[in-house]
Amino acid sequence: MYMPLLIAQRAAIGVATLMLVSLLVFVGTEILPGDVATAILGQGATPELVSALHVRLHLDDPAYLRYLHWLGNLLVGDAGQSLVNRLDVGATALARAQNSLILTCSTAAVAVPLSLLLGLIAASRPNSKVDRAISAFSVFMISIPDFLLAILLVTLFAVKLGWLPSIARIRSSYDLFDWLRVLVLPVTTLTFAVLPHMARMTRTAVLEVLETPALEMATLKGLPRWRVLVVHALPNALGPIANVIALNLAYLISGVVVIETLFNFPGLGRYMVDAVTIRDVPAVQICAMLFCAAYIVLNLAADIVAIVANPRVRYPR
Amino acid sequence: MQAPVLSVRDLCVDAVSESGVRTPIAKNITFSIQPGKVLALIGESGSGKTTISLSAMGYFKPGCEMKSGSIVLDGTELCGLDHRQLQKIRGTRVTYVAQSAAAAFNGALKINRQVTEVPVTRMKVAKTDAVARAEALYSRLELPDPRGIGRRYPHQVSGGQLQRLMASMAMISEPRLLILDEPTTALDVTTQIEVLRAFKRLIAETGVSVIYVTHDLALVAQIADEIVVLRNGEMVEHGPVEEIIHRPNAEYTRKLIGAAHVMPEKVEPRGPIKVSASPPVLELQSVSAGYGKSPVTLAVRNVSLSVQPGEIVGIIGESGSGKTSLGRIVSGLMAVQSGEIRLNGTALRQGIVNRSLEQLRDIQFAFQMADVALNPRHTIRKILARPLQFYFGLKGKALQSEVEHLMYLVELPKEMLGRYPAELSGGQKQRVNLARALAAKPKLIICDEITSALDTIVASTILELVEWLRRELNVTFLFITHDISIVAKIADQVAVMHRGEVVESGATAKILGGPSHPYTRLLLDSVPEMRTDWLDNVGAKTNVVLLKSA
Repeated sequence: MYMPLLIAQRAAIGVATLMLVSLLVFVGTEILPGDVATAILGQGATPELVSALHVRLHLDDPAYLRYLHWLGNLLVGDAGQSLVNRLDVGATALARAQNSLILTCSTAAVAVPLSLLLGLIAASRPNSKVDRAISAFSVFMISIPDFLLAILLVTLFAVKLGWLPSIARIRSSYDLFDWLRVLVLPVTTLTFAVLPHMARMTRTAVLEVLETPALEMATLKGLPRWRVLVVHALPNALGPIANVIALNLAYLISGVVVIETLFNFPGLGRYMVDAVTIRDVPAVQICAMLFCAAYIVLNLAADIVAIVANPRVRYPR
Repeated sequence: MQAPVLSVRDLCVDAVSESGVRTPIAKNITFSIQPGKVLALIGESGSGKTTISLSAMGYFKPGCEMKSGSIVLDGTELCGLDHRQLQKIRGTRVTYVAQSAAAAFNGALKINRQVTEVPVTRMKVAKTDAVARAEALYSRLELPDPRGIGRRYPHQVSGGQLQRLMASMAMISEPRLLILDEPTTALDVTTQIEVLRAFKRLIAETGVSVIYVTHDLALVAQIADEIVVLRNGEMVEHGPVEEIIHRPNAEYTRKLIGAAHVMPEKVEPRGPIKVSASPPVLELQSVSAGYGKSPVTLAVRNVSLSVQPGEIVGIIGESGSGKTSLGRIVSGLMAVQSGEIRLNGTALRQGIVNRSLEQLRDIQFAFQMADVALNPRHTIRKILARPLQFYFGLKGKALQSEVEHLMYLVELPKEMLGRYPAELSGGQKQRVNLARALAAKPKLIICDEITSALDTIVASTILELVEWLRRELNVTFLFITHDISIVAKIADQVAVMHRGEVVESGATAKILGGPSHPYTRLLLDSVPEMRTDWLDNVGAKTNVVLLKSA
């Protein structure tokens, strides 16, 4: 099959998945306990006011109608109003998503090259001391939950030493240095959360490729070790590695929920947590949709990398 | 006498398991190669021939370790060098051509980049010069489009071309020693000849010394000066090629020669094809079939065939000839486009799900890779019991004795019933594979390349078994193979397939004795003969035929 067709096919599957996800998100928020109108009105909830609000929010319509209504609005860019402050949740979510994106991208920029490097070093000398050290470190890091690590880091660097802020407040006046100071601790925590997994999977993928006759041939051609690894093994391992990276970046996105809450970082994750506690359904819905869309886009990207990295697909016979 | 290019003395190599248990895989190997000479290492799988050839590069596969001995390449002792020092020698002074070029080329990089990699990155040759050198080698090896072929990816060229491209990759750094590890085994017979001839010319022109690793004595006779016969890691015999082929000392060498893939002296006309009153077991009437939806790529075109009870019918052809598709059509795995298949005179319905249990039972299949076809998690007993339970509902004692009877038929001890496929040798697995087919008491067994993954001596015992089964049980065999010498030894009837069509069919003695189709003649001429001048003499003849058939 030709490459554009393959990519189009994957993209179509992505869109279909997103539709399915929207249904799940809707059903999920639907079964949240409690009545929205009562929640909004709080102590002033008289039966009249509640039923009036029901009418205004279409809460009495059948569920499928409300779903279609919501989906239709979403498709034209209207995510609805916050039930709490009447603001457009779409705009708020996007602004928050930007902050989260900065956090995630900073983490990716540190974690991806570092884990590739560690994975390659480990794979270049399997079962050597370096390999074992990397393995031991990975297993150790995997075993520590990220929130615990965050607390430990904050205790040490923010509370004891006072070098870095413990809370990641963001002001529009911040310059690059301020941003960096704010990001160091959350990025470090998130990096440690994803790095071991990526490094180990890189090692496995490269080792698997190294066992093929093509890579034995590269060694028998007398090429130095780095060249065998980087020029010959890496392009062949790109597909599986891209998959692992995508999975971990996706994990980062859900991981930020915990970390953002811990560091009080004004990202999408914290927005969602806040929205859940005050039962702001439209906000929860748009956050969930954005998280899922990120997941799907990342996996799609990994698929496309795997397709493009394979010359058999790029150049059919 | 000149100093040898390679001299190996008392080489011992052990396989070391993870728990530290050592198993010797090469014992006291001693030989040397003079400049410009070709030494062949001959042996079956497990003889240590690849291990020994790779030791000339100071390379041992993971899990293997050199125990003692000395390897002197071009005046340098390789034993004791570290990885970095060895890498300097590999690829420049000694180079390697792997058995399967398709697997040994890196699928992610273009061919030229791989071929010129050693001169460009290690010998400081300018890229354009290196490409020019590569292209010169391509045309010397008679590759089509020498300027364009290197710009492609490995998957875009054919197997025979890849093998020659790999030879170019090995020769571009002008090594002192070239290791050819079964370089033609993965190729079709007609391609094998071309590749072999190209190698031979290149060796003569460049004066490189060669280690030629193979299991095929007839092939080696064409190209080698000296032969080392190996068995279980030990040298059985060592001498000049004429000596070994015509006056072998060791019993094992004689056995190897006896089992070689060469045409028998004379194809015996076999027992008359009894045209009995009963209808033929299998009848194909202008059957066509193919892959893909409209337009269908036809894999089999207009094939008619009639198989009498108790016959062995050989289907020969090269890769892509449609011979495997034919087997799949008969078994019902592949749907027919047009035409009719009749089993015992009854037309078979389209598709395997529409056949009756009886019809399914009557046609059984034995696959090439017994490894893959046998469930690795089932014991041999379970593998054989399944069809007996499924077709005949056997239980308890009756099942037990029938399973044991099957083992007797394929000459395996019944003690093996408790074992798993992984605990059996390749030949034993193929016997189980046949026994499973026999369990259904079929009229017809389709054997698809059942001997091609086996060593020659083991393969010949499997052939004997097939003949014996035919005599004892009057089972009919459809024997699909690429090896015309096997057909010559075993088949009553033969059908030659080429590009999806049966170009010629009839009694084996008649077809192989006096073929009328040029393709059949080409196939026959491509089978190496056990004499040293065969390749030089066959040249002109096959070229003519090739031109005619093209």
